[in-house]
Amino acid sequence: MRKPSLGQVAVYVVLGVAAIPVLFPVYYGFVGAVMGPGDLATYPPALVPSELHWQNLTDVFRSVPLGRFYLNSAIQAGIITLAQVITSIVAAYAFAFLRLPARAATFGLFLATLMVPWESIIIPNYLTVSGWGLARGGLTYLGLVLPFLASAFGTFLLRQAFLQFPSELRDAAVIDGCGHWRLLWRVLVPLSKPSIAAVGVYVFLSAWNQYFWPLILIRDTEFQTLQIGISQLNDAEAAQPGLILAGVALSLLPTLAVVILGQRYIVRGLTAGALR
Amino acid sequence: MPPPPTVTAPPAERAPTKPGNSGGRRRQRLRLREAGLGWLLLLPSVVVFALFVFWPLGRTLYLSVYGNDIFGAPSAYVGAAHYQEMLSAEFGRVLATTALFTLFSVLPAVAGALVVVLLLEARIRGVRVLRTAFALPFAFSVATASVVFAVIYNPAIGVANGLLGAFGIDRVNWLTDPSIALPAVCAATVWMNFGYNVLVLSAGVAAIPPEVVEAARLDGATGWRLASRITVPLLSPQLFFLVVVSTIHALQSFGQIHILTKGGPDQATTTLVYSIYEKAFAFGSADFGAASAQAVVLLVIMLACTAVQFGILERRVHYR
Repeated sequence: MRKPSLGQVAVYVVLGVAAIPVLFPVYYGFVGAVMGPGDLATYPPALVPSELHWQNLTDVFRSVPLGRFYLNSAIQAGIITLAQVITSIVAAYAFAFLRLPARAATFGLFLATLMVPWESIIIPNYLTVSGWGLARGGLTYLGLVLPFLASAFGTFLLRQAFLQFPSELRDAAVIDGCGHWRLLWRVLVPLSKPSIAAVGVYVFLSAWNQYFWPLILIRDTEFQTLQIGISQLNDAEAAQPGLILAGVALSLLPTLAVVILGQRYIVRGLTAGALR
Repeated sequence: MPPPPTVTAPPAERAPTKPGNSGGRRRQRLRLREAGLGWLLLLPSVVVFALFVFWPLGRTLYLSVYGNDIFGAPSAYVGAAHYQEMLSAEFGRVLATTALFTLFSVLPAVAGALVVVLLLEARIRGVRVLRTAFALPFAFSVATASVVFAVIYNPAIGVANGLLGAFGIDRVNWLTDPSIALPAVCAATVWMNFGYNVLVLSAGVAAIPPEVVEAARLDGATGWRLASRITVPLLSPQLFFLVVVSTIHALQSFGQIHILTKGGPDQATTTLVYSIYEKAFAFGSADFGAASAQAVVLLVIMLACTAVQFGILERRVHYR
């Protein structure tokens, strides 16, 4: 092994220094979750646990109904992801392969929705959804997902993927009696799995992490999503940081799994706009 | 999961469709069927967009020129009154806070990620592990990251003050001191965006053809010269994309402000989106008229950003 040069040592030092502020909140989020009050709730706070206080991870379920929040988030993000993937696939097929009047104009309208910030239309949407009675009881699930069942981003990304297939494929399929529906689901979808996975991962993460809409819509604690639940935990247990961080660590597990397992799809989805 | 093929393509499609062979009427019917299928496939998305994007867009404009009762129901036409209200020092401060928040949450995160990604290009061991480590903040949602920072910023028992104390510096009220709160929320936001920026820039670096870098190295370019003459110019599409997307993202930021400061202290962290939330939804307030007028301002700012994106992206940035 070659001895590292002075320049390389300098690079390590700079990266090491930069890594401290980046990694510390990650470290603290997880290690703090198993730190006792003696380490966390005193001054000065400890950086390393003096003993592992696993109890936080069970106590937090007594402070807030974390399991229920988990279930709610899974239902909300699951429905949104499934629905957006399906509506995007079929819309992308229509835009990529079917001749229909006003196709370009409709595609333009789809893209226009990307320019409208959700926060600027959240008031009328709140009035609509709560006016339909979808902010109470089990109907809350419907209110949570209804505005997010379609995605211009997903449609755009999948249309790009479908356009990579030659249009002869479409003609051949039609002549062979395969039909549009079968061409789409038996040929294009299996061949476009990476793009579909990119859309799915992206949609799941943004749905799971939603904050503004669940915050204003949900009235019954029973139907609270995990993100709002964690923020309420923060308000309720300010004196017990161990419990708060335990909630954070537990709520991070699904996204952490998705980020690690779906890393290449994430980069693909994230940079779809940048790399073009 | 392929749905049952019973709803499959119309049987007429199966007939051979040699152009010019069959009658024009038959082809027309085929076209009609194709268009019908197309519109059927677009229908779910069109309905969602119509109900939850375009209709509310019009309704935001409508609400912004109407007054409302205490329950938020529109009452009388008030013309530009809500817009005139915004010509106040109070709203000016909201816009200034929004600009400062955007500037100081976007630029440090992009510049910092660029430096890290460039350093990761140096020929050192353990690059892969380091890159994953720097991308880790991406796994945090805005809410979870904000809560971790709330614990760190805790004035009595937080690590931030513990660290200062170790150097003999007095405690700082990170989130309740009007001059510190905004920088503190910006710092947390920079952290939240850092992982994403590292991921995007790393992907950009990976897409640079190795021959280009190799040729430059053979010509004797190393370190700073290689970075400034080769890597950064070739990264300009990603850098520009990040600046625009992060700006749009920052203008929409809400969760960290709601969790960390609730817009305070003394309005010091009330950005445009938080102001909309406060007017419309916080503390039983239902001033939908005034909030909608502010929402229109947000919309205009965002449209301007998107126009910049499309206008400049096409021309000025180096594309491969």
